Amino acid sequence: MKTYLPPKFIVERDDSRCIRCEVCVNQCTFDVHSYDTEDAELKSHEENCVGCHRCVVFCPTEALTIRGNPLDYRENYNWRPEVIEDIIKQSETGGVLLTGMGNDKSYRIYWDHLVLNASQVTNPSIDPLREPMELSTYLGQKPDRVEFGSHGLTTELPPQVKLEVPVMFSAMSYGAVSLNVQESLARAATEMGTLWNTGEGGLHPKLYKYGDNTIVQVASGRFGVHPEYLNVAKVVEIKIGQGAKPGIGGHLPGEKVSAEVSSTRMIPKGTDALSPAPQHDIYSIEDLAQLVYALKEATNYTKPVAVKIAAVHNSAAIASGMVRAGADIIVLDGLRGSTGAAPKIIRDNVGIPIELALASVDDRLRQEGIRNQASVVIAGGIRNSGDVAKAIALGADAIYIGTAALVALGCTLCQQCHTGKCAWGICTTDPWLTKRVNPDIGARRLSNLLRGWSLELKDILGGMGINALESLRGNRLHLRGVGLTDTELEILGVRMAGS
Amino acid sequence: MKEAVTIDAKGIFYRELNAKLRKVVSNGTQKIELRNVYGQRYIGTDLDKPVEIEIFGTPGNDLGAFMDGPRIIVHGNAQDGCGNTMNNGEIIIHGHAGDILGLSARGGKIFVREDVGYRAGIHMKEYQDKKPMVVIGGTAQDFLGEYMAGGILILLGLKLKEGESHKANFIGTGMHGGAIYIRGDVEEFQLGKEVSAAELDENDHSVLKKLVGEFAYHFGYDAGEILKHKFTKLFPLYLRPYGRLYAY
Repeated sequence: MKTYLPPKFIVERDDSRCIRCEVCVNQCTFDVHSYDTEDAELKSHEENCVGCHRCVVFCPTEALTIRGNPLDYRENYNWRPEVIEDIIKQSETGGVLLTGMGNDKSYRIYWDHLVLNASQVTNPSIDPLREPMELSTYLGQKPDRVEFGSHGLTTELPPQVKLEVPVMFSAMSYGAVSLNVQESLARAATEMGTLWNTGEGGLHPKLYKYGDNTIVQVASGRFGVHPEYLNVAKVVEIKIGQGAKPGIGGHLPGEKVSAEVSSTRMIPKGTDALSPAPQHDIYSIEDLAQLVYALKEATNYTKPVAVKIAAVHNSAAIASGMVRAGADIIVLDGLRGSTGAAPKIIRDNVGIPIELALASVDDRLRQEGIRNQASVVIAGGIRNSGDVAKAIALGADAIYIGTAALVALGCTLCQQCHTGKCAWGICTTDPWLTKRVNPDIGARRLSNLLRGWSLELKDILGGMGINALESLRGNRLHLRGVGLTDTELEILGVRMAGS
Repeated sequence: MKEAVTIDAKGIFYRELNAKLRKVVSNGTQKIELRNVYGQRYIGTDLDKPVEIEIFGTPGNDLGAFMDGPRIIVHGNAQDGCGNTMNNGEIIIHGHAGDILGLSARGGKIFVREDVGYRAGIHMKEYQDKKPMVVIGGTAQDFLGEYMAGGILILLGLKLKEGESHKANFIGTGMHGGAIYIRGDVEEFQLGKEVSAAELDENDHSVLKKLVGEFAYHFGYDAGEILKHKFTKLFPLYLRPYGRLYAY
């Protein structure tokens, strides 16, 4: 069938700069560039271009420019090009539209409507360059009260996990991303004193040595879950939902289940890894409690158990149930949470913004007097240390980053993760492509990112006259809203700027 | 070898009971008897030694969840989630079992003398030498073998009366690996869309002979008598049941 889809991008090749080195041909995984030996000329199949910029970055003579195709449909606010093209795609395939990464629609980003405070005159700011600043965060259940004896604390604490920086790497499974990506994450987490998350694809033996900085996930597919896997980790996370696809399961296509992936997922090579939508032993809060305690029993109460849900309408009530079910850490993944593959219609339309979910969950747990019983971690579209500081002030204990970490490794959000053809070698298991992420360099890039954010967080804290992140946590007086309605301000628990 | 240890579980919370189990197993005990078990959950969960645990009473949910090696014999009924995500070991139940028997199990064997609840064998999977095997003496509720990705599930229907058949519907819905053997007839409408029925071949017969043999040994049946009856094999139609769902 002839496709009616127009090319999304135009490839401009400056012939006077092109040296026919064919780097673009070799780097492109979508077959855009080809070399015509007869004419000694490079040709472009622009209809294949996804705009990932791999060729642009690697062209040694900067001969390439990728531009959006200026082809304009007649202006129509309702029937935008994306809408038209989605219909074309479905009329040509008859399937569910798949996509990768997070929701790219214009829902309000509340971080951009929240501003932070700083000290002026009436209390001094602190210079983090010369004074100690504390970013340490402890995840885990905190007791209702503590008692001290002559030798310090006498209350027995439930298991706690210390983070040097309140930013962790979000769950990305081996299979969705490559082993080199996971190794980069694991090494950076170890170096920076934070945690990375296996996702639900099991843990490769090569990464067991990073266990002290590893969160292992138990999801509906239970792939690669066995006693050793649970015991090597610092935290065990039950995955109920994911921000990019609340309420639905996942299908890792057989093509991505290579011999190596098969060994960590513990399923035969080439078979689809199907994660059912629900966990079939969890149909209620009571059932969740059962799995939480099954995992605590399986790990002899030595590590916190986290429960991750997608942020949805009733998150606050659900979160209360999760805490009462024994979760030591609750994770909320918002509307903009990313994925290696999800139905586009789900990604773009289901769930609620993480800022609102966080504020309402934190409120609810405080009102019920159980906020101390679990740490709150949020995920879903956190872009920089400003977002992190605002999230902490809204009530989060720590933040997961997924997309930001992948961008550090080269991702340009071309949203082709589901194809398995990632030209940056990130979201693929093709051995030829995965080599594009070198774990030595990847770990350094990720550590650099976290270091940069840590320095900025200290600057932000210092400016507020605070020397510990703990003093900012849940301190919404340090936030003000800009351009928000009364209802939005009320839900966020934040006052209007100027008031 | 240490002597058998008997634990009276009456009135003991599961956490305490499991801590005791851990302790005696780490001492090298190889045989444990649990008396007066009244619904304690997670028995055998954190054990990875080839110990034998004999349970008298009614163990609670998640019996042998994540278990890696022990052999559990239940003189009574098991509840929901028995053998949940089990890696290795054996569970022999002289009675009924509840829902989601063997959920996501990757290895080990489960034998149930009587009936089981809904979604037995759901999402069992196999890998290399690991292959979960479940034999049910009675009948099962709906969604038997749902999402099954590997392993063997045998339903014997020994207590069905003459002319009576299994009532389960949606058998093997979403199944994409492994095999289900049902003694007696199943109608087409009882099957999920992703499975089909087949005659047994030689390999199937040898699988049945072995597992039904073990079942008969555990519960005092005559395997030959059981095997005389006609069996139906259910196999997945597609290795990738949802492969054509998507537009790329």
